[in-house]
Amino acid sequence: MLRKLVMAAVILAVIAAGIFWLVTIPATVSVDALAPRTPNLDNGKAMFYAGGCAACHLAPNEEDKTKLGGGMALKTMFGTFYPPNISSDRKDGIGGWSEANFVTAMWKGTSPDGSHYYPAFPYTSYQRMTMDDVRDLFAYLKTLPAVQGRVRDHDLPLIFKFRRMLGGWKLLFLDGRPFTPDPGKSAQWNRGAYLANAPSHCVECHSPRNLLGGIIQSQRFAGGPDAEGGDGWVPNITQAGIGDYSERDIERVLETGDTPGGDSVGGAMSNVVGNTSKLPAEDRAAIAAYVKSLPPVEGPKHP
Amino acid sequence: MIRTVLAAAVLAFGATALVAQTDPIAARKALMKANGDQSKIATDMLENKRPFNLDEAKKVFATFAEAGEKAPTLFPDTSKTGGDTAALPAIWENKADFEAKLAKFARESKAAADATKDFETFKVQVTEVRKNCGGCHQPYRKRAS
Repeated sequence: MLRKLVMAAVILAVIAAGIFWLVTIPATVSVDALAPRTPNLDNGKAMFYAGGCAACHLAPNEEDKTKLGGGMALKTMFGTFYPPNISSDRKDGIGGWSEANFVTAMWKGTSPDGSHYYPAFPYTSYQRMTMDDVRDLFAYLKTLPAVQGRVRDHDLPLIFKFRRMLGGWKLLFLDGRPFTPDPGKSAQWNRGAYLANAPSHCVECHSPRNLLGGIIQSQRFAGGPDAEGGDGWVPNITQAGIGDYSERDIERVLETGDTPGGDSVGGAMSNVVGNTSKLPAEDRAAIAAYVKSLPPVEGPKHP
Repeated sequence: MIRTVLAAAVLAFGATALVAQTDPIAARKALMKANGDQSKIATDMLENKRPFNLDEAKKVFATFAEAGEKAPTLFPDTSKTGGDTAALPAIWENKADFEAKLAKFARESKAAADATKDFETFKVQVTEVRKNCGGCHQPYRKRAS
């Protein structure tokens, strides 16, 4: 009897492990999905600054936003991440990647060697970018300088080092849906909604997260504790938080970092502004129009 | 009359100095508050929410310059915590950089006051000078809303 029970338990465990293995296989985008196309480098550049790649992928103390050697520390409640080299270097960066490799990384959060990226790389937002925008971005990145040197490994507790588990995380938090425009809204609003939710990934910092590190969808844009740890606080940018900002005020924040109250934004938002200040003015205006339209949502209470 | 004014001025100066000595956190917060108030006046002028006024415009830069000059003395080692400060420990780990940035802010603010002749020049100057703000707010100030 006991032997039968043990056997049953072993078989169940093997089946469970098998299922886990199957559902956590890192997804990829195949080369066949990419029709031949001439990239639009101007659009790629706009995506580069909309996405704020340089806000995380520069080397520490690097001022030049085109030198994407990686390595600045991104501290989070799960450990410290060191964003990799995404310069055009063939050996240490992404110079040797195929377009399919890049689209796979941005949409599926899967690396060229077929392992899961940690969601500190905000593919939960990037998955909503259009294929063309992702391809243009890749083409633009390849025009930037090659920077040599690989970045050190992430500094994470042992249990998070088993990347396969991220397949489970993705089942919960990576829905694979592209951005869908709202036909009832203006073209400007839709452009802003697309930028804010896809490349610019505003919600990744401006939303509270649950214990698993997933964004609490009902409180998108409503701010909360700083995901980068410490006792900092990220502001609520729905109308519950910045209802007294005009569209023009929001635009100015994205252009210069100056708030209407006379302060200037700090912390990681300074890095964000370093990128959004280089966006075409109409894109900043679009983001502002969208953010201004966010209905008031109460976020977690600031202690 | 002059004596009264002088006495009041000396008293006021003494009080400021005293606050700076006994409560540097409160003193630097007051300086930053003044900067913020002036910066708001500047933005309102840029946005035509307030009529442009040359004296007010120059006062914006004078306030900035004063803050840049006084601030270095207001971050003694004893003021790393307390008083609801948003200052990060990085200030004391990079004191030379911090002070250099403040000095640059003061220098450029003074130059901006001299260069401001009308609305157009003000617009250019204030935009340039305020690029300094993030230089310290990014690495040295705690994120808070």
